[in-house]
Amino acid sequence: MKGLVFGLFAVLLLAPAASAAPAPPHRIVSLSPTATEDLFAIGAGAQVVAVDDQSDYPANAPRTKLSGYTPNVEAIAAYKPDLVVVSANPSGLVAALAKLHIRTLLAPPATSLAGAYAQLEQLGRATGHEAGAHKVVQRLRQRVAQIVASVPAGAKGLSFYEELSPDYYSATSKTFTGQVLTLLGLKDIADAADKSGSGYPKLSAEYIVAADPDLIVLADTKCCGQTAAKVKARPGWSSISALSNDGVVAVSDDVASRWGPRIVGFIRAVAERAKAVAAK
Amino acid sequence: MRRAIRLPLACGVVFLAGAGLAGLLVGPVDLGVGEIARSALAHVPFLHVHSPLSGADAAILWQLRAPRVVLGLLVGGMLALAGASYQGVFRNPLADPYLLGIAAGAGLGATLAIVYGSGVVESYDLVPLAAFAGGAVGVVAAYLLGRSASGGRSTAALILAGVTVTSFLTAAQTFVQQQHSQSLQEVYAWILGHLDTAGWHDVALVAPYIAVSAGVILLHRRVLDVLSLGDEEAASLGVNVRRTRFVVVVFATVGTAAAVAISGLIGFVGIIVPHAVRLVLGPSYRLILPLSLLCGAGFLVFADVIARTVLSPAELPIGVVTAFFGAPFFAIVLRTSRSFA
Repeated sequence: MKGLVFGLFAVLLLAPAASAAPAPPHRIVSLSPTATEDLFAIGAGAQVVAVDDQSDYPANAPRTKLSGYTPNVEAIAAYKPDLVVVSANPSGLVAALAKLHIRTLLAPPATSLAGAYAQLEQLGRATGHEAGAHKVVQRLRQRVAQIVASVPAGAKGLSFYEELSPDYYSATSKTFTGQVLTLLGLKDIADAADKSGSGYPKLSAEYIVAADPDLIVLADTKCCGQTAAKVKARPGWSSISALSNDGVVAVSDDVASRWGPRIVGFIRAVAERAKAVAAK
Repeated sequence: MRRAIRLPLACGVVFLAGAGLAGLLVGPVDLGVGEIARSALAHVPFLHVHSPLSGADAAILWQLRAPRVVLGLLVGGMLALAGASYQGVFRNPLADPYLLGIAAGAGLGATLAIVYGSGVVESYDLVPLAAFAGGAVGVVAAYLLGRSASGGRSTAALILAGVTVTSFLTAAQTFVQQQHSQSLQEVYAWILGHLDTAGWHDVALVAPYIAVSAGVILLHRRVLDVLSLGDEEAASLGVNVRRTRFVVVVFATVGTAAAVAISGLIGFVGIIVPHAVRLVLGPSYRLILPLSLLCGAGFLVFADVIARTVLSPAELPIGVVTAFFGAPFFAIVLRTSRSFA
């Protein structure tokens, strides 16, 4: 009897230890567009068997109709995954997959570049691509440092308004997308408006015009078809410096809202525009 | 009788003027009362008053704030008036402007335009157009369904038809939205209602529809009083019940559809304002209709002032404000009126 209890204990103790270092997964399902980009960047792309309907980059990712917002556990299980990467856990997805003995990795939205790098390394460890992930992170660090160093003193202190939707939702410097721009020495006009601390305040048009940002970063080009010309045509906006100084940067919503390797391109685009505005 | 109408009307006008003034004076950017007044006088010819406002401040006042206030007056007045007239012709206290499927239809139209229209046409004008058309389709469908069920004699059949059409169109709208989750934010923003992105262009777009609709409905205020006695009594008094109901519903629908097309689905104004007016002033539509128009206009502008100042310089969606402040306000009116009864 004692032996049996001990045996059970041993199994219970060993079970988590055994699952802590499993063989690298070879059937990965990614339900997070950022994780998809990360996995392909670190060289785990060949192990990925399915990605969700929003994972549109890189082009060779095996895009399916799976949804990360309203996940269907059966549809996910049909791909026989040995690892599912998610950025959130809607309607108890992780627990449901655990019942089917499918391992999940929760990679929630990063709030800083350091967090994004840590996530790349974490995915590297989980997929057997530690070295690949490390190389990617080092390259990203280097490029970001180069971009930051290239910004002249005259461009530091310029203010920006990052637009996430045409009804003036913006992101503060506490969010990932806002934080990476403050690395350039830019000031986020949304910071003063975020009393609730959500990080994504809905600004009033009056405030944007009065704050008179030097740069406008349009991250609603894809969802909502916004362009520099359309912003210029908005009634009452013409007095804003960014519009008279050609300070509008149109970026892809996806690149601005994900925390994967392409964020470097986003930082570069804004840095180039800041330099051009400062040179005027 | 005339005098009994004049005092409430005067109060309504004062409330409306107060709301308009507050709307112009209060905002996230403090422009100064004197400066605003002089800037306004500068627009009057031959006075030669020089506007003290800078270019940006003048733009804030005249391009951002003023059209928003005017649109709030138009939309709020129309929704409350439409709600009052629906309650009158259907003799149903729960009737609101969205009763006959207009909201769900407009929501579906706007969603389709946002999802499939971007890139095809300039979506700025397409969304209101699609919302207007969708709202009209919803009401026509509900009307035909309700008439086929009861031959036009039963208002209950019409209301149930509206509920049916609303459920169906909402399901369709949710499905389309689900299939295109990248547009979720824009669809959601539209549904929550907005005055904040309005310009004079939007005001010019809806003003004619709302003016004509409001005018026609107000002309029917006496007939609605007769109608409140019941269909048979009204008919025996010489009122063409079906025609009256049809005309009022058509114009209330056109006005509501125009308001919804530009400002999205702003809830609660259409149901609480007419009821508040009725509880305070009694059941006569000769008072309820014009006062609903005035108070609805004032109420929405005040709600919008709250929307843009309470978290200033951040904003709240207006639909949140109308429900959050409207419901307790209505509860107070309900309680006080009961103690009078």
